[in-house]
Amino acid sequence: MENIYKPPKQKWFGQAFDSIFILVLVYASLMAPLLLDSDDEVINPDNLSVQVSPTWEALNVNAVEQQQWEKLGFDAEKAAELINKRFDYTIEPISLIVTALFIIGYFFFMLKVSKKQYLEVIAEKFGSSSQD
Amino acid sequence: MQNNTTTESTGTGTHMNMLKVLTPFHVWALGVGIVLVGEFMGWNFSVAKGGAYGALIACWVIGLLYSCVAMIDSEVTSTVAAAGGQYTQAKHIVGPLMAFNVGLYLVMAYTMLEAADALIVGDLMTAMAATFGHEGLDPKPFVVLTIAFLAWLNYRGVFTTLSLNFVITIIAFASILVLFVAVEPTNPGAVLQHEGLLTDLPYGWIGVVASLQFGMWYYLGIEGTCQAAEEVRSAGRSIPLGTMGGMMTLLIAATLTWYICTGLLPWQYLGQAFTPLYDAASILGNTKLQVLLFVATMFAAIASANGCINDAARAWFSMGRDSYMPSFFGAIHPKYRTPYRAIIFLVPIAVSFAFTGLLDQVITFSILSGLLGYTFMSLNVIKFRKMWPLGSIHRGYVHPFHPLPAYTLLALCSTTYFATFLGYGSSLLSILAFYIVASIWFTVRRYKFVKRGEQFTMSWPRPKGF
Repeated sequence: MENIYKPPKQKWFGQAFDSIFILVLVYASLMAPLLLDSDDEVINPDNLSVQVSPTWEALNVNAVEQQQWEKLGFDAEKAAELINKRFDYTIEPISLIVTALFIIGYFFFMLKVSKKQYLEVIAEKFGSSSQD
Repeated sequence: MQNNTTTESTGTGTHMNMLKVLTPFHVWALGVGIVLVGEFMGWNFSVAKGGAYGALIACWVIGLLYSCVAMIDSEVTSTVAAAGGQYTQAKHIVGPLMAFNVGLYLVMAYTMLEAADALIVGDLMTAMAATFGHEGLDPKPFVVLTIAFLAWLNYRGVFTTLSLNFVITIIAFASILVLFVAVEPTNPGAVLQHEGLLTDLPYGWIGVVASLQFGMWYYLGIEGTCQAAEEVRSAGRSIPLGTMGGMMTLLIAATLTWYICTGLLPWQYLGQAFTPLYDAASILGNTKLQVLLFVATMFAAIASANGCINDAARAWFSMGRDSYMPSFFGAIHPKYRTPYRAIIFLVPIAVSFAFTGLLDQVITFSILSGLLGYTFMSLNVIKFRKMWPLGSIHRGYVHPFHPLPAYTLLALCSTTYFATFLGYGSSLLSILAFYIVASIWFTVRRYKFVKRGEQFTMSWPRPKGF
């Protein structure tokens, strides 16, 4: 059998520090999109132009839709805010490539380091000789 | 061959095991309980992203993704029957760093979902108070009370916790069936107005792809069933039964929910509604239905939070037991046999997530952590079949058509990353940055506290190729 690795015993202070570290990291990543001022939900500004007293006809709403909007307590003016809201799905190639590389790189790094660590685990558990 | 669905028994500071008291019904209640709230709210944001038909396509495409998850997970979990679920699978099949990341995915996904569920309960209480003339009721005490009460229940024992989940989840599911009957599905045009309300795809096919991100709400968390693996009487039978049964329930619930809501609500309204099923009931002018859907929405949120506490605590406990996280958390209560320290530790964290005011980011973090976990599952099962081919170890369940589900899952995960990029690109990068920094921290600092060979606790033969 291989030499058995004996880990150091962690004191309570170290345990508390490690727990807090992970929490701080989580909050930082939750806050990051806000601090970078990069809210991802993009609304097409062209479609946000507020119409003066819009009508159901101008909003291109059919009779059935109008009936259901009214049952929900909406008039044409209130409904216009929701009807005119549009998403913008323009793709920026650079950021798409960066994101893809980030995801692939993350998994590649993780699998590579995991394999190295896993070999140690198997060597300690089953001995170092390969039995294919 | 031998039955290898034995559980891990080594612990840090304790040699106690959790109680084996759960049945397939509890497994179903855990999985469906976590997810069903997604039918009552959340799924409808996919309508805003891609229109009503876009949401239906997302419902089915993501349904396929989760069917692959359920099949793969059932096989691996029926073999690696231990608390921690996918974390323990990763530890035995891929390696420590992957396991650390998978453990974090689970803790983050469930704790953040729990926070969102508790917020829903608080908001519903505020809305109910307003209906009775008490405007401006602060929802925060209800958020704290919900999390604290459910954590106490989890602390006291898993059997009662999941039995409660079974009852309230059944009621919530039944309310969808009642509403479906009430809208007279056999008489189109009488109540349901699909002909007048359904439109073409408002953004074309790119909108359909974008809607996949929120399509995950229909099923997000069903894989949590495998956290119960160490506490079921027969993991090899109960986990596949509970998970597959849960997946079928959710496919039915998702399709009915889409059918009811799109037949009653204009898609632009539906796409931003907070409680779409309740709104659909309200529009019918039937007070009894309205009350039923209100109660069901509340029950669905409570069941989800309850299941999330159960799962997050078991993942955190398992990581503590192996010293991946501080070993203090790897303890089992001497009387109730629950991972009590992990349960208590996660209470203030869930409350703080709920009070950040960053609900969008919290939900996106939860969804993305889930998605990263599904990506892992596809890689995991391919390695599992290579390292321990069929016949080399006992499997409680063998999923069919391997490797087709694994590659389908990988392809669908990639498409859903793209969908997330379309809506929440910077959140995606920020969350990935979190997992990368955490991975470096684990490798450089934390791993030195972990025993090497003792991580491998299953009584399997040496893996092929190692």
